[in-house]
Amino acid sequence: MDTLVAKAGGWLGLALIALVMAAVAVDAPFAVHMIIVALAALLMLWATVSRADYEAIARGLLKMPGDQGLYDDGPVRWGVVATLFWGIAGMAAGLFIALQLAFPALNLNLEYTTFGRLRPLHTSAVIFAFGGNALIATSFYVVQRTCRARLAFPSLARFVFWGYQLFIVLAATGYLMGVTEAKEYAEPEWYVDLWLTIVWVAYLAVFVGTIVKRREPHIYVANWFYLSFIVTIAMLHIVNNLSIPASIVGSKSYAAFAGVQDALTQWWYGHNAVGFFLTAGFLAMMYYFVPKQAERPVYSYRLSIIHFWSLIFLYIWAGPHHLHYTALPDWAQTLGMVFSVILWMPSWGGMINGLMTLNGAWDKIRTDPIIRMMVMALAFYGMSTFEGPMMSIKWVNSMSHYTDWTIGHVHSGALGWNGMITFACVYYLVPRLWGRPRLYSLRMVNWHFWLATVGIVFYAASMWVAGIMQGLMWREYGADGYLVYSFAESVAAMHPMYLIRAAGGAMYLAGFLIMIVNVWATLAGKIRTEKPMAETPYNAAADRPLVPVPAE
Amino acid sequence: MADLKQRIDEATGTSTVGHEWDGVEELNTPLPRWWLWTFYATIVWGLAYVVLYPAWPMVSSATEGVLGWSSRGDLAKEMAADAKRRAPTVNAIAATALADLPAKPELMQAAVQGGGAAFRVHCVQCHGAGGAGVRNLYPSLTDDDWLWGGDLASIEYTVTHGIRNPDHKATRTSLMPAFGRDGILDARQIGDVVSFVRTISKQERPSAASARGAALFGANCAVCHGAGGEGGRQVGAPKLTDAIWLYGGDRDSLTATVNQPRNGVMPRWGGRLDPVTIKMLSAYVYSLGGGEKGLAPPVGEQGADGQP
Repeated sequence: MDTLVAKAGGWLGLALIALVMAAVAVDAPFAVHMIIVALAALLMLWATVSRADYEAIARGLLKMPGDQGLYDDGPVRWGVVATLFWGIAGMAAGLFIALQLAFPALNLNLEYTTFGRLRPLHTSAVIFAFGGNALIATSFYVVQRTCRARLAFPSLARFVFWGYQLFIVLAATGYLMGVTEAKEYAEPEWYVDLWLTIVWVAYLAVFVGTIVKRREPHIYVANWFYLSFIVTIAMLHIVNNLSIPASIVGSKSYAAFAGVQDALTQWWYGHNAVGFFLTAGFLAMMYYFVPKQAERPVYSYRLSIIHFWSLIFLYIWAGPHHLHYTALPDWAQTLGMVFSVILWMPSWGGMINGLMTLNGAWDKIRTDPIIRMMVMALAFYGMSTFEGPMMSIKWVNSMSHYTDWTIGHVHSGALGWNGMITFACVYYLVPRLWGRPRLYSLRMVNWHFWLATVGIVFYAASMWVAGIMQGLMWREYGADGYLVYSFAESVAAMHPMYLIRAAGGAMYLAGFLIMIVNVWATLAGKIRTEKPMAETPYNAAADRPLVPVPAE
Repeated sequence: MADLKQRIDEATGTSTVGHEWDGVEELNTPLPRWWLWTFYATIVWGLAYVVLYPAWPMVSSATEGVLGWSSRGDLAKEMAADAKRRAPTVNAIAATALADLPAKPELMQAAVQGGGAAFRVHCVQCHGAGGAGVRNLYPSLTDDDWLWGGDLASIEYTVTHGIRNPDHKATRTSLMPAFGRDGILDARQIGDVVSFVRTISKQERPSAASARGAALFGANCAVCHGAGGEGGRQVGAPKLTDAIWLYGGDRDSLTATVNQPRNGVMPRWGGRLDPVTIKMLSAYVYSLGGGEKGLAPPVGEQGADGQP
């Protein structure tokens, strides 16, 4: 009883503090954010006092099986649902801003719906909300199984999940209200950053705690990657967001660094967000789910060691290639480019290890749409980790920088690699987490695969053309030594490419919606009666020698 | 699983390492040779590159690299080479008086090309690609309806000194009063003036309102726009008798303009662009279709307060 009172008092106190902060806030967005925090605390208070079994209610709502005494999969199930939920929001925002670029009237002449505010909403929703939830959920799943141990600190794991959702809500609502640090992929303001730091340290504690109590002698390679992702993101997040708030009850802060130092810190962060969030973290998913789905051993233990250490050693230096031909000193640009090029083979080590794991099971590409997604993800991973080092070469970068080629590159990685591997992992997880014999429909997975693949091809190809066209138009000099095109003419020339890109994005989103239906039906316990994917047609009537018919 | 349980994998014939996690095993495949050698090759290339180019940060600066390359040096070299290549043309344009340019077709052509490039960088934001203007905001430069004069000297003056730059004495300036906002004319009177303006621009038939408006126009507007609405370039007052309207010629737009005029602003480029570029810009704008021959009325005679 005493602990209940203490807990309830704690939540009430937190809600009151947040409400006081909202009352004395110096700007409206900060007040709104504090009210959101207060509501979250009151929700927790209500949950604590009413002492209802919310886990049971949620299990009923999402048809989750109860604890089977094996592994602690509650947070994993929630994570899968959150991944899909934020995926819809993030991808729909992406399609909308793609259409805004083609039809500027879609900015709707409202500050809340301008491209400048919706763009960080899109990037953060797909990277941190969709990708981040996928990483947290799969890491909790994988670390338990490869350590043969239940999660350490189960209530802390639940705090990580819900705390991370609060971070997403604060970040997203902040963008719409114009709250931003103006640092790409690190836009949330100081108080949201502090909250994420707390959540992230809790995440590290749960993950390391589970590894410490493992019943296996060795730590599996997937966990090396997860751990490097968690530790490095903590470091990047803290250093890049060092700032001084203008007021402790206001949403504005000023960065600790200035000028080119700030730019370099930002891209050290920005590039390693790609390196450790979108590469190392997702390679961790690949290292568990590909061998599981293929039912084959990992191709090479030695390769996994060499490429892991070379990847994490080299990636951290590559950031300056985002600042070629800027005020950044030449020596730093050189290092950024050299480390990026050397990074090429370490990146490909992951692709080789993933693809060659199918050695002995290549026929599954034909029969198993989930394997097909994994293979396509690895192919796009390989392609974008070749394209990246190539674009970091100054000679290439002088044309590609600031063009939509960069956007195409990012999306071939994000849609092709991160998206596809996440879809595959979710398709793997859902029947196992909800105790279903199989997915509602494998043929719908196949549809999803083809819509996504064709969508990415439209997207990436149109952005290559657009980017190279932009780069060439901007630097086109006439015979008399003067620029041929104005900037506005290059913008006008992009219009058809923007339309093709939006069409590609729409296909990708359509595939994702098919996935939502499929997962929804699986959760509801339905099984679609359909022809199995692996069936090879057999026509007994045709399976006989031709008998010559005598002419009459 | 305390001991290693190595076994030969059937499909590949390779030995496993002997670890197993949740059913996942690992093969002991050696590193692919092509992978390893490509990795080594990129490292060797990287070592060579950091010797050849600026790379190693020292106490006060970084190593300069054996090749002595720097991005600033590279840019300076390219710019110098280009300047050298363009020098004969630029010098010839600099040495030629603006008024004499049209008489030298080759030089005029070069000036128009250079001016076009400068226009695409500095002017298209407002005047649009090709100088077509933006409806209801910025004037078209492709017609012969000039606010401040369309001969070479007038254009050059406008580009150099800008329009309505409050911090610059030589700027072109004037101020149309806000007849409605400041209560100079009441709403009915403004309606009459608009009727008159629409009559002289042949958009409406003469009416009682336009007759009343004629008297008001004579008393309030003719001093700048001329008795018949033919415009006045000394003060940048537009011609009101043609079909070209910067801020719209329909009744609503005209009423809005008389009520509260825009008094548009253009930056001055004199301090930002060199005289040859301004000369070339003037030639380009002149060449767009509406260039006028002959000398403009001397513009330097404006009073110190910027008013004529």
